[in-house]
Amino acid sequence: MTLKRNRAFAVVGAASVLALAACSSPGGGGGDAQDVPGVTEDKIVIGTHQPLTGPAAAGFSSISAATSAYFDYINDNGGINGREIEFIVKDDGYNPANTQTVVRDLVLQEEVFAILGGLGTPTHSAVIDFLNENEVPDLFVSGGSPMWDQPEKYPWTFGYNSEYIAEAAILAHYAQTEMPDGTYCMFGQDDDFGDDFEKGALEILGADGLAASERYSVANQDVTAQISALKAANCDVVFLASINGFTALAVGTAAQLGFFPQWMATSAGGDYGTLEKDYLQENAPLLLENFISTFYLSLETNQDDPWIEHFQMVQDEYNGGGEIGGNDIFGMNMAYMFAEALAAAGDNPTRESIVEAIESGAVKGSGLVPLGYSPEDHTGNTGVQLSQVKSGVQAYFGAPYVYENGEVTEYTGGQVPFENGIPGSN
Amino acid sequence: MSSRTTLIVGLVGLVAVIGLTFVLDPYRNYQLATIAAYLCVVAGLTMLTGVNGQLSLGHAALAACGAYCYAFTANGLAEQEVTGPVLLILPILAAVAGAAVLGLIVGLAAARLHGPYLAGVTLALVLALPAITSRFSDVFNGDQGLYISVERRPEFLAGRGGTEMFQAWVAIACAALVVILLRNLMKGNFGRQMRAVRDNEVAAAIAGVNVARTKVIAFTVSSAAAGAGGAVLAFMTQSASPGAFSLVFSLFLLMAAVIGGIGTLYGALWGSILLVVLPDAIGSLTKSLSLSPEVAQRLDGNLAVGLFGAIMVLVVIVAPLGIQGLLRKGRLKMQSRGTPQSVPVPK
Repeated sequence: MTLKRNRAFAVVGAASVLALAACSSPGGGGGDAQDVPGVTEDKIVIGTHQPLTGPAAAGFSSISAATSAYFDYINDNGGINGREIEFIVKDDGYNPANTQTVVRDLVLQEEVFAILGGLGTPTHSAVIDFLNENEVPDLFVSGGSPMWDQPEKYPWTFGYNSEYIAEAAILAHYAQTEMPDGTYCMFGQDDDFGDDFEKGALEILGADGLAASERYSVANQDVTAQISALKAANCDVVFLASINGFTALAVGTAAQLGFFPQWMATSAGGDYGTLEKDYLQENAPLLLENFISTFYLSLETNQDDPWIEHFQMVQDEYNGGGEIGGNDIFGMNMAYMFAEALAAAGDNPTRESIVEAIESGAVKGSGLVPLGYSPEDHTGNTGVQLSQVKSGVQAYFGAPYVYENGEVTEYTGGQVPFENGIPGSN
Repeated sequence: MSSRTTLIVGLVGLVAVIGLTFVLDPYRNYQLATIAAYLCVVAGLTMLTGVNGQLSLGHAALAACGAYCYAFTANGLAEQEVTGPVLLILPILAAVAGAAVLGLIVGLAAARLHGPYLAGVTLALVLALPAITSRFSDVFNGDQGLYISVERRPEFLAGRGGTEMFQAWVAIACAALVVILLRNLMKGNFGRQMRAVRDNEVAAAIAGVNVARTKVIAFTVSSAAAGAGGAVLAFMTQSASPGAFSLVFSLFLLMAAVIGGIGTLYGALWGSILLVVLPDAIGSLTKSLSLSPEVAQRLDGNLAVGLFGAIMVLVVIVAPLGIQGLLRKGRLKMQSRGTPQSVPVPK
């Protein structure tokens, strides 16, 4: 009996080992010129984690589509240094637990060269240690947390968005100038996004500068309690540190309660096109009249902007057409910046050489304000310009501002001029 | 089987699995560690539901309790600049203890409830988790969850894949301990008491078994195992967040126990392997089919859920005792071949 059982156990044990071994694909992908993960003679593989489903999907899911479209455009025109760019998009549903899994899949299984534009502050902060420990370039993170800018601690991570602290300071500075006697309040996400924004706003407005500060959880779609509290505090100005879906909820709920303050939103949740198309629809022009927001790239309403004409061309040919929106511009500019970095990283790019290229200042982007990249600074866009909605049209006004060393100053250097859609070619 | 042969088989298996970590590539080691973490939870659940007859839909919440206890302890130790084995082991013990206490409290209520009512209470537990973490977000840090300072891999494992190998070792060690302890409990006197309570509470009480006590202890032990699983997951991902312990995860754990073969530890192992390997295999399958990106995106994630559901229905109809039941039946058939009288197949 014992013998038979032992034999059975041996069979079972062997089978399980075999099963595990069988599902362990070779995956090594070795044999490359210099054995740089994700890089072959004619191709370079990169990946990203994006909210294609879940609470942040509306609006944000179009970003990676635009980035892919721009890479298609580059690939059709010969790639960068003779290499095509393959862009793997993984859905994490804006859930940090999923981000953990999909990023490990990308780095360890798909063996990507770099992660590009991982979206979300709560999601990406869950993998930043993993990426830096594995020395994977973690480029142009889509989120305004100051966490990305720690070259000492996270040498492989680079930011992209203007930091929420900077956006908050610039918005607060504007509010203070235009409405010096107003009551200022904020409505923010219940994580670092909201905390960072509050920090920036208070730096300008003073420690008791916010009459009320309410928070929401992404998991709860009802914000009536928070908006009622803001109404009760008689707020004239409400700063929104919210993603698009919750900007729409806040504005809509406030209208239901008969509360119409001056809204001032961050670039992460203030794109009129997204708010209109995905949420408020025909009510958008009325609800969002005078709505103030920030951004640091071209707006589709810009007149005679060569960047917009170029991105619109890519949109028509590679992304199913239709009028280009803020998220498309965001995604395409990101692809353009990666191409710039790759072109500057040399004929045989390595993970080290692309980081050096970015730190050397080779990446310019298409922004209204300069990028912060240097060996000591991994900040992305260093400031924003304010826009306002009038009769359903969101357009820039005033000048772009940058925020440095606790001070808001006007930036007069002008936007990066458009030369060529494909960096490194003539 | 004598306990000595079990010991030998177990040891050989353990050595084989640890040997495996040296040949697998890092992502497979990460998956192996995930299997081990799931095994802790599913093993506890299969004992509770299969052996003692208490249905829990909330084991994800108990695992989450373990993960958060792990996070608080590990971060506290790291603040005191404690490193080494203490930072590795103490948080796991705290996680087990914390989950056991929560399990004891729930178990005291559970002992008074039957079937769907108990399922309801445990369901409430897992549904309340995100609400609790966002209500007390200064403690739990809301949806973002807690970042955890964990003990890093030892120096000699530096380099590519070292971290994943270390994670796999810790996870396998925890799973081995949990399985050994649960096995002893299930094989012994307490195991008979649990079965007696499951089969007929009145008969068990008449036979002198303290029904309430048995149920409470079973729930507490099962929770402790779930806590160990949660601790391993927290250790691997360096984070504890409510999103990692959702209702869907909770139901998947129960499905794993049922598909693997409810009430047996081998079943828990098969179920845990399936839980990790199946979505991955489906992912590679859809990728190799070269579908249009739109279709592939729609299938991504959803197909695995659908397939799990289909397997679940199939298992209930064709093999109510799960994978382990099928394997056993097959083995008994092989043994009885050649002998004239058929061996009775246990139900």
